[in-house]
Amino acid sequence: MIEYFLCFVLFCIGLYAVAVKRNMIKIIIGLSIMGYAINLFFTLIGYVHNAAYPILSKVNITQQTSLNMVDPLPQALVLTAIVIGLAITIILVSISIRLYEKYGTFDITEIRKLKG
Amino acid sequence: MLPLVVVIPIGIAFLISFLGKYYKKLSDILATVACISLAILSFLIFYELRTMNYEPLVYKIGGWLPSIGISMVVDGLTAVMLIVVNVIALISVLFSVSYMEKYTDKWKYYALFMMMLTSMNGLIVTGDIFNMYVFLELGTISSCVLIAFGTEQDELEASFKYMVLGTVASTFILLGIAILYSYYSTLNMSDISLAVSKGSSTIVITFLTLLFVVGFGLKAAIVPFHAWLPDAHPSAPAPISAMLSGVLIKSLGVYALVRILFNVLGVVGSNILIILGVISMVVGGFLAIYQKDLKRMLAYSTVSQVGYIVFAFGLGTPLGIFAGLFHLINHAFAKFLLFLNAGAVVYATDERNMENLGGLREKMPVTAATSLVGSMSISGVPPFGGFWSKLFIILAAVQAKEFTAAVIAILISIITLSYYLKLQKQTFYGKLSERWQDVKEVPLTMCIAMIIPAVICAGLGLLLLPQIKIVFLDPAVGVLANGLEYGSIVLQNIK
Repeated sequence: MIEYFLCFVLFCIGLYAVAVKRNMIKIIIGLSIMGYAINLFFTLIGYVHNAAYPILSKVNITQQTSLNMVDPLPQALVLTAIVIGLAITIILVSISIRLYEKYGTFDITEIRKLKG
Repeated sequence: MLPLVVVIPIGIAFLISFLGKYYKKLSDILATVACISLAILSFLIFYELRTMNYEPLVYKIGGWLPSIGISMVVDGLTAVMLIVVNVIALISVLFSVSYMEKYTDKWKYYALFMMMLTSMNGLIVTGDIFNMYVFLELGTISSCVLIAFGTEQDELEASFKYMVLGTVASTFILLGIAILYSYYSTLNMSDISLAVSKGSSTIVITFLTLLFVVGFGLKAAIVPFHAWLPDAHPSAPAPISAMLSGVLIKSLGVYALVRILFNVLGVVGSNILIILGVISMVVGGFLAIYQKDLKRMLAYSTVSQVGYIVFAFGLGTPLGIFAGLFHLINHAFAKFLLFLNAGAVVYATDERNMENLGGLREKMPVTAATSLVGSMSISGVPPFGGFWSKLFIILAAVQAKEFTAAVIAILISIITLSYYLKLQKQTFYGKLSERWQDVKEVPLTMCIAMIIPAVICAGLGLLLLPQIKIVFLDPAVGVLANGLEYGSIVLQNIK
């Protein structure tokens, strides 16, 4: 149970960074932390303690049931989610580099052309 | 035939990104051909669905049965959404051909455009909830890059804002999917729906509803989560603003939200949607009055009108769902048209502040006339489609005994009319100032691209004729009103 709670704490740290920090890079890091928290949560759902890896082998196929194996599906999904997270991070970082070129700062309170 | 709606745009995006650099004209041709074939394809899919008597068409990717493999499902609602999205995309490409000449690297634009279209089509046809998430992210990423396409200060800023909020939204959605998977051990939407209908705890459903409302609400720009929209939509190039406001927030936001809440979680009609919808209507409407920027006013109007749609869906009665869907279609075409008009004005004058414009009617007759049609349709003046859909929303609210909300809806529609009149007066009527003496009407393709949606806008009221309504809208409403029966209906049709 404690690991789910820690996941939640990690998620909140990320959310705090996104909501409070003013530096664009810190916001991006916060978003990544939120993503990692969710990925960790997703993997934990499929995790079974002391279980085998989910690959069928011909040697002892009789002893293998779905009960003593880790659920592989969340891991596959998390892989996809990590790749998507990578794409998002790349775009955010490249946008913030372009913004830095225009304004000479990473502070979002100084980048405020759009209002209302 | 079904996977083609995803395969064609993504394949064309791939081709354009490889060849577009070397053959400049090729990207125009490829994108136009792809959009024409997609529009025809969406009508063919609708026809096939009709010959199958509206039994859902299911395509199993790789031949795997659902719950193991990913499936694509087309039912009444999907078919209607596909037609709306692909017809609008076609007109948008037609408009882009001339409009995007002022930007460099047009082929990159087309490649991203096709990716965005892939995401919308994919999200609409998919029957797998994680697949939906992937397409959602694809849509967010490609539209974010398109918003930043001008790489000026406000474009980059809007894009950054959109991306941060969009990522927070998708984190919430992914959390929701994780919890769904941990409870029901499947990601197939029809399987989950079947499992939910066999009984599930209310707390879990409520928690999931909240997560998905926050997630998809951010994508659909319902009011507490709307902050990115008035920045992002005006900053994009005109055809993209039109696509974003016209269909992207409706397919990525409203469609996905409604599909998951109604058909997967079985929450047909909820007070959260009603309250958020009413707040969006009011806040969007009032903020729109004070805008001086032409495109920004349209963006706030989108917030307000999406509020109407969400409110109507939130009522959950068949009449409410019908009204919401009808308003969704009307608003898609009308707002699309208005953003194209704004794009034409910007193309001709390079000025977005309405106070500096005026009298453009003499110089740009086509733009002015089509813009009048769009404004009147959105603000609900009788012969146009928008009047009927607002009428049905108010009727549905009265029928569901939401009298306060009905009164608010009527008042806000008057406010809508007032700010659209302001838009018309300040931009197209009044005295032509010296500055705009040599303004010309936009090129022919852009004119055609504005006339087509104007004709559609004027004719959308015809959807209410009983013969057409039974064919087109009723099956879509039936799908949503059936709620959790979705699962068993789809699973029956898997051969």
